[in-house]
Amino acid sequence: MSSNQKTVALERQPGILRKYLVWFITAAALAILPWIFNTTFGITVLNQMGIVIIFALSYNMMLGQGGMLSFGHAVYFGLGGFIAVHAMNFISDGVLPLPIPFVPLIGAFAGMIFGVIFGSFSTNRAGTVFAMISLGIGELIAASSLIFVGFFGGEEGVTGDRTEGPEFFGLDFARDIEVYYIVAFWVFVATLLMYLFSRTPVGRMANAVRDNPERAEFVGYSQKVVRYISFSAAGFFAGIAGGLFAINYEILTEETLNLVTSGTVLLMAYIGGIGFFFGPIVGAVVFTLLQTLLSNYTEIWALYVGIVFVATVMYAPYGLTGIIMIHGPIAQSGRLGSLLVPYIKIGIPAIICTLGVIGLLEMLHFQNESGAGDSELNLFGIHFDVATPYPWILAIVMTVGGFMLAKRLTPQLVAAWEVATPTQQGGR
Amino acid sequence: MLELVVFSLLNGLVYGLLLFMLSSGLTLIFSMMGVLNFAHASVYMLGAYFAYSISAVVGFWPGLIIAPLGAGVLGALVERYGLRNVHRYGHVAELIFTFGLAFLIEELVQFIWGRSTMDYAVPEALDFPLFTLFDTQFPAFKAFMLLISVGIFVFLLLILTRTRVGLIIQAAITHPNMVAMLGHNVPFVFMLVFGVGSALAGLAGVIAGPVLGTFPGMAVVLGSIVFVVVVVGGLGSLVGAFVASLLIGLLQTFAVALDYSLNDFFALFGAGFDAEHILTDLWTVTIAQIAPILPYLLLVLILIFRPTGLFGTRET
Repeated sequence: MSSNQKTVALERQPGILRKYLVWFITAAALAILPWIFNTTFGITVLNQMGIVIIFALSYNMMLGQGGMLSFGHAVYFGLGGFIAVHAMNFISDGVLPLPIPFVPLIGAFAGMIFGVIFGSFSTNRAGTVFAMISLGIGELIAASSLIFVGFFGGEEGVTGDRTEGPEFFGLDFARDIEVYYIVAFWVFVATLLMYLFSRTPVGRMANAVRDNPERAEFVGYSQKVVRYISFSAAGFFAGIAGGLFAINYEILTEETLNLVTSGTVLLMAYIGGIGFFFGPIVGAVVFTLLQTLLSNYTEIWALYVGIVFVATVMYAPYGLTGIIMIHGPIAQSGRLGSLLVPYIKIGIPAIICTLGVIGLLEMLHFQNESGAGDSELNLFGIHFDVATPYPWILAIVMTVGGFMLAKRLTPQLVAAWEVATPTQQGGR
Repeated sequence: MLELVVFSLLNGLVYGLLLFMLSSGLTLIFSMMGVLNFAHASVYMLGAYFAYSISAVVGFWPGLIIAPLGAGVLGALVERYGLRNVHRYGHVAELIFTFGLAFLIEELVQFIWGRSTMDYAVPEALDFPLFTLFDTQFPAFKAFMLLISVGIFVFLLLILTRTRVGLIIQAAITHPNMVAMLGHNVPFVFMLVFGVGSALAGLAGVIAGPVLGTFPGMAVVLGSIVFVVVVVGGLGSLVGAFVASLLIGLLQTFAVALDYSLNDFFALFGAGFDAEHILTDLWTVTIAQIAPILPYLLLVLILIFRPTGLFGTRET
């Protein structure tokens, strides 16, 4: 090829399909998922996942991209939801002729308005002061929701009915699968919009303000204005999630606004990985699966989630996506295979240790909870008699043995990493 | 009326000094390490539960000594093996770590002791009314709480201002690098302060458990208020923590006793709101009903108008 032809070949833009492949795949996946998980339980979990995906992504707009740690993000989620459910009641009464799939838009504007109101004084400073203000506002609104019973419905909350909206292509949204497609539509739209937001100048400046606020000011952008816009946008998207919550569950209570929900979204975003755009998606999916599936098998699932969270903060601060992404350069240089054997060698003792710990915790919990004389525990399909010492000895041996073996094999893994990591000059 | 004022004053004092026991440790830890420890109230909860378990076996008085020690040791271990590792990932990671720890401790408490309220009772030696004023009794245990709290305050003040360790701690708070260069073991000082702060929180739990209840939610209930105290008082200021805890303790206790609403105020002028409107609550809600949110209102106001707090010198 002549140099001219080479240049032309390089300059030929990839087609629309290639460039936006990820989004086409996402849309297709969202459309097919209910066919794969077509049980009622599956659809319920998918709906739940969709709502928290949008919520967690909106939270990461502030935390991962803006560097603003908020302990009160559930306020915008909850307030958006409450206004949405009140709107649904207006729709049922015939006052507001809006089809149900557009209710999240009302939640979005409610969330944005409250974001604008509370952000006006919250975003003056980032860091600890911001976290404290968000905590204060969160507690304030959560406590107010039990006091101002007229709007928030008190302890019983506010209920709505999604089947009494105006005609929308013959659907009345009584079935979960119909709600799923509303959720899937908004997940796609919200994710796309949030991704595009991160690519706008204000989104990029939010990253700059996160990393070095003073320097961003010298470049000419007010750190407060950038933060304020991020904050309000995050409120907008949290409101979409709140509106979907109102449609899906048809009830909003104080629990939707409180510190527990704010903590949960922080947990989801952090476990998933706050440094990457799709990190909170991973975190939301994993957390929802833990919450729905794990709770069927064990009563102490929340304890496991807590342990995983603390372990993530201490040993994997970049989250699950961070762990996946650090393999990126190694995969690109084609040396991923060399890590396979060390991972298996250290993985087996680690798994044994984990199973031992789970066994111990479950047996202890069983002993605490069960009555006298009831000593048979069913774990992983195997029956144990916790009155005898054998299961305990086995669990302790597995835990200690697995831990010691894994620790012994760690230097091998580190050495394998050193060999596999591409060096600056391109390596071997 | 006088009865109301006297008892609200006394109860507010007891509550406020309890808040001070919790917030003094927190503000010291914050000024040393720059991290707001979300798990501080969880250590308070652990102190109460330890004391409950000990009192079930040996009695209340050994628990008064052993439980805070246990809490202190736990705090020191958390600092040494947890916080020190997370420190290099930045302030946000430290905050999230302590938040995760608070969550984990709450789950552990539910795992070990269960979800119901524990029967942690006032010891018999103190289970009598100290005095009776206008038909209302003031329990001796509350006077005991007052005594311990004031004792702790005096103890802290003396240690920090009169002993060598206290001077080193004060110096390490503002100039840790210089103190390290002078040859002192600053990481050990940090661990010590964390441990003592946690022991104080544990002690607060031991004496507050019988009065405020020993249940898995006790950390959340008091934890937020302690943060309000620390922020309102000023991050890093012990005097500020004292003033703010008394202020909030008295504010909440007096507010709970007042059963007036805006509607009652308007009724004085002959106006009033009777209609069943979605926002009627704004006028009919009484001061007693909004008492739980007054501290948060104060927090938001202080953070808007004076982010350094009443006596503080730094914001972060």
